[in-house]
Amino acid sequence: MVALNPPMPGDRSHRARRLFLWLSALLALVAVVSIQTGASGVSLAGLWDGQGLSPRDKVILWGIRLPRLVMSMLVGAALAVSGAVMQGLFRNPLADPGIVGVGAGASLGAVVGIVLGGLLPVWVLQQAGGQLIGLMAFAGSTGVTLLLYRVATRGGRTSVATMLLAGIAIAALTGAVTGVLVYLADDQQLRTLTFWGLGSLAGATWGKLGAVLPLILPPLLAAPLLARGLNGLALGEAVAAHTGLPVQRIKAGAILIVAAATGASVAVAGGIGFIGIVVPHLLRLSVGPDHRWLLPNAAVLGAALLTLADIAARMVVAPAELPIGIVTALIGAPVFLWILLQRRGVVDL
Amino acid sequence: MIRLAFLLACLAFPAAAQDRIVSLGGSVSEIVAALGAADRLVARDSTTLYPPELIDLPDVGYIRSLSPEGVLSVGPDIILAEDGAGPVEVVEALQQAGVPFVSIPEDPSPEGVLAKIRAVAAALDMPAQGEALAADVAEAFAAVPEPEGQPLRVLFVLAQQGGRLMVGGQGTAADGIIRLAGGMNAATGFSGYKPMTDEAIITAQPDAILMMTRGESHALSDADLLAHPALAVTPAAQIPVIRMDGLLLLGFGPRTPQAARDLHAAIYGG
Repeated sequence: MVALNPPMPGDRSHRARRLFLWLSALLALVAVVSIQTGASGVSLAGLWDGQGLSPRDKVILWGIRLPRLVMSMLVGAALAVSGAVMQGLFRNPLADPGIVGVGAGASLGAVVGIVLGGLLPVWVLQQAGGQLIGLMAFAGSTGVTLLLYRVATRGGRTSVATMLLAGIAIAALTGAVTGVLVYLADDQQLRTLTFWGLGSLAGATWGKLGAVLPLILPPLLAAPLLARGLNGLALGEAVAAHTGLPVQRIKAGAILIVAAATGASVAVAGGIGFIGIVVPHLLRLSVGPDHRWLLPNAAVLGAALLTLADIAARMVVAPAELPIGIVTALIGAPVFLWILLQRRGVVDL
Repeated sequence: MIRLAFLLACLAFPAAAQDRIVSLGGSVSEIVAALGAADRLVARDSTTLYPPELIDLPDVGYIRSLSPEGVLSVGPDIILAEDGAGPVEVVEALQQAGVPFVSIPEDPSPEGVLAKIRAVAAALDMPAQGEALAADVAEAFAAVPEPEGQPLRVLFVLAQQGGRLMVGGQGTAADGIIRLAGGMNAATGFSGYKPMTDEAIITAQPDAILMMTRGESHALSDADLLAHPALAVTPAAQIPVIRMDGLLLLGFGPRTPQAARDLHAAIYGG
């Protein structure tokens, strides 16, 4: 990785740029491995050896693996960038999308969809079809986030501290409502709930991608616009405001980005932990906290790591598969701890 | 999207003999085996545990969290699935790959079992064998003895967690098998598997406790279970706990009449 010399701002920016190229190469490599790997053993080699691909192989490659690869990259990037933005906004290394109500709201929405979905009018069910849980999760996460934003905003000023505290309160409230619904659920619904909570990309289809792309891509592309503002916020809100930064607009933009990107990610992939909190920290440890580089690097590293985790999820117990949330936490958490131990004393988050 | 549409257009398969079956769901697999088609099975799900020789087949995972490529990797000609296989998108992907995906309706009743048998037989193009098996099973259901006099009250205990009992309420497979066996479900007033309070258990006055057998080391002993303060004051504490294999008891497949007979014998000391 990197030497532990005292950080020089110019030096780090140079290193961050180089890291971005390395991470992009890593992502490309992981993407190729992902498209070539699967339980069925189908690979792109069939395209060149003259035999061509059977129709079933084509469905596996283009209808199953490719949308899944794009989905893992999108969701990984969205979770990592959202985590980085949240940590910058709250000036708190523990912040991740979970604490602004996204996680709690999404699980409340999903549980409502799973347990009470059958009570909805028939035409709603026909329209939503299999996407009901995802739609409900998205509605829940954005709804709760916007509610929190309203609670924490007074006289045109959003109090970040209020939002954090209210987030904890609302998480407790949605947790309780979720608990009531879990109690009402039958055993099949309980199992659906459990697996939703562990996350999976098995449901990735082109149709689903088309639905989440407009929700994830614009926030990802817009996030770097906030980089200078988040750097300024690191000095404290008052100082940032005195330097002429539009603090309120930065906060509103950050919250909107996180609500849309994470809400959509959780809606399609369920609960995937670890990426949002660990990827930004890994990058801060190696190339520093400058958001101008942190955000793009987080997007690429998040995409690569989640794709890697998905390859493991698909292959380890093939032809069955592991919930991807288990893989990210099982591999990621110890690695992160190890890095923290190695760097103890060198870094202070 | 154009490319995808083209791919879909390429998927007009000629109907082939269904020599490679993937069966998802314990009772569906049992029916396939009972129809004499076990040798055509190429993979199973994690709930398929009977007949024992099926356990050696590749396991494509839990029926509600299937992997599209995992299922396709075993090269199926047809996929038979109990109700509720999923996720939905995975089922769609499997259908796109040109593999017939047959969903078998689920209903914990004798009619439900017969309907399942006919549905599986129809999917495998074995109507004669299906009717024969359905007739056998219907006959076996008719032979399950009726209780003489007042039916006894049976409480199905799924698990004990921190002193609370998880019991099978209305509409569960446990409720269905207890009634088939000529008993009465002691847990009334709620549906699904839920924790039941001590007072409700005492009020329910179960005559017998029914549980699934677990591995020897995990088994909750009769003494431990019946020492439960609420159970101890019910008639059920006077007799041994009835224990039966979970898939046999709750699977609602071809062995269900046998399960009902066994349970009847256990309840009424037949």
